[in-house]
Amino acid sequence: MDRIPILKLGKALLVTIQVDMHDRLATALEEDLTAKIVSVGARGVLIDISALEIVDSFIGRMLDNIAAVSRVLDARTVVVGMRPAVAITLVELGLSLTGVQTALDVERGIRLIGLSPFEPLSDSEDDDGDSGG
Amino acid sequence: MAETLQIRSSDDVVRVRQRARAFAVEAGLTLVDQTKIVTAASELARNTLDYGGGGTVEIEALPAPQRGVRLTFADQGPGIADIEVALRDGYTTGHGLGLGLGGAKRLSSEFHIESWPGHGTRVRIARWR
Amino acid sequence: MATTERGALESVLAAHEQEVYQDWIGQLRADGAFTSGRISEGELTGECARFLHLLREAVANGGVDVSGPAFAPVRDLLADVSRARAVQGYSPRETATLVFSLKQPLFQALARHSEGRFDPFKASWDIGAMIDRLGLHTMEVFQSSREQLIRRQQEEISELSTPVIKLWQGVLALPLIGTLDSQRTQVVMENLLESIVQQGAEMAIIDITGVPTVDTLTAQHLLKTVAAARLMGADCIISGIRPQIAQTMVHLGVELSVVSKASLADAFALALAKQGRTVTKIRAPATGSAAV
Repeated sequence: MDRIPILKLGKALLVTIQVDMHDRLATALEEDLTAKIVSVGARGVLIDISALEIVDSFIGRMLDNIAAVSRVLDARTVVVGMRPAVAITLVELGLSLTGVQTALDVERGIRLIGLSPFEPLSDSEDDDGDSGG
Repeated sequence: MAETLQIRSSDDVVRVRQRARAFAVEAGLTLVDQTKIVTAASELARNTLDYGGGGTVEIEALPAPQRGVRLTFADQGPGIADIEVALRDGYTTGHGLGLGLGGAKRLSSEFHIESWPGHGTRVRIARWR
Repeated sequence: MATTERGALESVLAAHEQEVYQDWIGQLRADGAFTSGRISEGELTGECARFLHLLREAVANGGVDVSGPAFAPVRDLLADVSRARAVQGYSPRETATLVFSLKQPLFQALARHSEGRFDPFKASWDIGAMIDRLGLHTMEVFQSSREQLIRRQQEEISELSTPVIKLWQGVLALPLIGTLDSQRTQVVMENLLESIVQQGAEMAIIDITGVPTVDTLTAQHLLKTVAAARLMGADCIISGIRPQIAQTMVHLGVELSVVSKASLADAFALALAKQGRTVTKIRAPATGSAAV
């Protein structure tokens, strides 16, 4: 089964959802993200949904879950790029996604997390006592 | 124009979204209206799968002069004992947010539900211009 | 219609088109069609001449079957004329009169030149029916053109009264005027949200100074817009809440769970502040500085 790729951007993880996900794929994404937040020590998770034409309560729940889990793991989640039609529908549906922060695009999302986009790719090499990164 | 789809897996739920979208576009619904009805269809398709033990959906194009799309979901599951309560947001017997039915109703121009505890449930929604 | 009657109209039009034309123009003049000032004499007579010519050809090819293919050019001409009249603000009567006033001249020509070759009563009946159907066609096109025009105007009014204004980089303002009914609110919401995406604006100020009353429904619509904007990554500020509206909302138990400011100016200042911006005065250079 295809899994949605998760990119590492410094201390942040970026997920770009571009397909109409079936439930198993969404559940797999949740699991993969959780695992990766821990393994990478991520401080932020960016979920780009600018390509999604439909967000229903299942996906909404997934986003809420990811936000809740990352909070527990000391990371912030930002959902970026929600389309107007989707936003209008979600409000009508009654999904407020209060646990989720939002931003217009990835760039602003990174700013929101408070991470510079130019974090060193790996800070485990810098082992000579400098306080870098 | 009408089409009947089986709802037996989560892949089918995706298919229902795709076909509902196609009918909505054909009916000339605005983008927002398309999004609303497809989302409602997704909610109900999932209900059919998760609570109804699987079922079917019939998608129809509403005839002129009222252009639009209508979907009828049917399952032979345990049924809903108290529809009033089920329509209330936040109500859920499973792990969901409990927004499926109430949400679908708010997103549709028309919403009908019938349920026979022990026999099944039928939900019909429509969206028109 | 029997061949003789069809032949009758056909031959009368063929031989006496000019006569019918003159009578028709005379009829229209008597009805005041040339003094309305909305159409020049040349234009109107041109329309009549063209119509008569097309009618003659149609009758020659298709009898009096108005819905048949032979009459397509006639129907098209009438549709064009009718559409133009609808847009120009002609009354339905004026538009229909153009067609119906052709009856009399046709009957007269037929009477004058029948020479006993056919039953004038039957011929008149068929011609009358033909003109009636053409008149109806004209009216149908007129009506639908008018409806289309009204719809377009309504859309324009909707658009006009809900402009989204860019106040500054990343700050949009939506000054609402008039009552917010369900239909308009949809348009308003969608416009604002689309603008947020297009402009990349993180702040939107919704000013309701121009909204006379805010009832529960209106408040709900506003809140939905704010919620949708937030889901997209933008913040809203509501401004221009007048004292009466504030009181009404409290009485209705409506809670605006969004930042609100009394004036658009205050809201703008707040929006800028949220962006880390401020407005400062330009300091004049100190006197006595070296000439540049």
